Amino acid sequence: MVTASDLWLWLEEVSDPEIPVLTVVDLGVIRSVETDGKNAHIVITPTYSGCPAMKMIEDQIIEKLKEKGVDTCTVDLTLAPAWTTDWISEEGKNKLREYGIAPPENEPDKTVLFAKPTVVPCPQCRSLNTRMISLFGSTACKAHYQCNDCLEPYDYFKCLR
Amino acid sequence: MNQAHVDFVLRIADDSLILGHRLSEWCGHGPVLEEDIAMTNIALDLIGQATSLLSHAATLQGEGKTGDDLAFLRFDREYRNLLLVEQPNGDFGMTMMRQFLFDAYRTILFERLQSSSDEMIAAIAEKSLKETKYHLKHSSEWVIRLGDGTEESHARIQESLNTLWRYANELFYTDAVDDEMRNTGILPDLSDLRQQWENTVNHVFQEATLTIPTNNWKQEGGRKGMHSEHLGYILAEMQYMQRAYPNMEW
Repeated sequence: MVTASDLWLWLEEVSDPEIPVLTVVDLGVIRSVETDGKNAHIVITPTYSGCPAMKMIEDQIIEKLKEKGVDTCTVDLTLAPAWTTDWISEEGKNKLREYGIAPPENEPDKTVLFAKPTVVPCPQCRSLNTRMISLFGSTACKAHYQCNDCLEPYDYFKCLR
Repeated sequence: MNQAHVDFVLRIADDSLILGHRLSEWCGHGPVLEEDIAMTNIALDLIGQATSLLSHAATLQGEGKTGDDLAFLRFDREYRNLLLVEQPNGDFGMTMMRQFLFDAYRTILFERLQSSSDEMIAAIAEKSLKETKYHLKHSSEWVIRLGDGTEESHARIQESLNTLWRYANELFYTDAVDDEMRNTGILPDLSDLRQQWENTVNHVFQEATLTIPTNNWKQEGGRKGMHSEHLGYILAEMQYMQRAYPNMEW
């Protein structure tokens, strides 16, 4: 007999294909899980509209739950409410930092043009003396920064809300 | 099927699709690695938006087509995108100017569409707005940096503005489709769209020391399927595989 809490637990074994240190649960993309005891229905939401990882996440969820003995697993995609980086768990943010990716900071509203770039502490040496290299990084969800003190270049998981 | 509803969704979808394709042409050709990555990231957001919007349009049509069918199997006269987004990339400044004129408009449009009575449009708008704000930040900063940069960069981006300005008026194009959408609550009030857009544009151009051209020639037609010569070439490249090998997937 499969329960919803089993499903949540098992989903924690599915990692984000592009940021393997985060599970899909840490990332906050799992919107709901349902089970009748045998089958499972999972609803996920994309981080960005064009995120190429979504299809892979869906396949990995189905594969993992099959492996755990779930009969049939369906995964649906929902757009609303729109994902925000506030849904990344505290544990997830710590994991990101440990991994060398700066977690999202509280950023001002981006419709305010001419705002100064956000101060993003270096995930390596914690220095606040850092600079933005580019608003866009290795994936849609990241920007590119560099530390002026330890000189380490790093990804910043940009704030989306 | 409500044809106006389908046309309305196609207009927003095709803007995303065609501009996304244009930006993807920069892949491997950006002036610096960071901007190559930035432009392809923005392309990815736009093509993601187009995917959601085109599958919504296909559902509304109810003819058993998919979003991919609409993306890859329509003829040029059936595309409803703005002339602005199909214009060639030109130099990096031209691409940033095209992007800025569009982003400034798109941000306002998506803000308003969040309260559309069409729940799918509202959901896509809420999602896309978060991305579009980033795009606007990026493009406006480049317009300022290039405009208020060297003599060479200033001259070139001013020339881009002179070239693209004739297509800006189409951002505010409305016809019977918009009237019907407003009446059904699918399109919220946009009467101050131009004013809001001009506020952003004037503010940025002032910082960028750029001058809006006095020649006010306006070119439009994309919303009705009357395109510039450039769209045909885009479609030839975009549709080649699907036309040559029908129903292929990878």
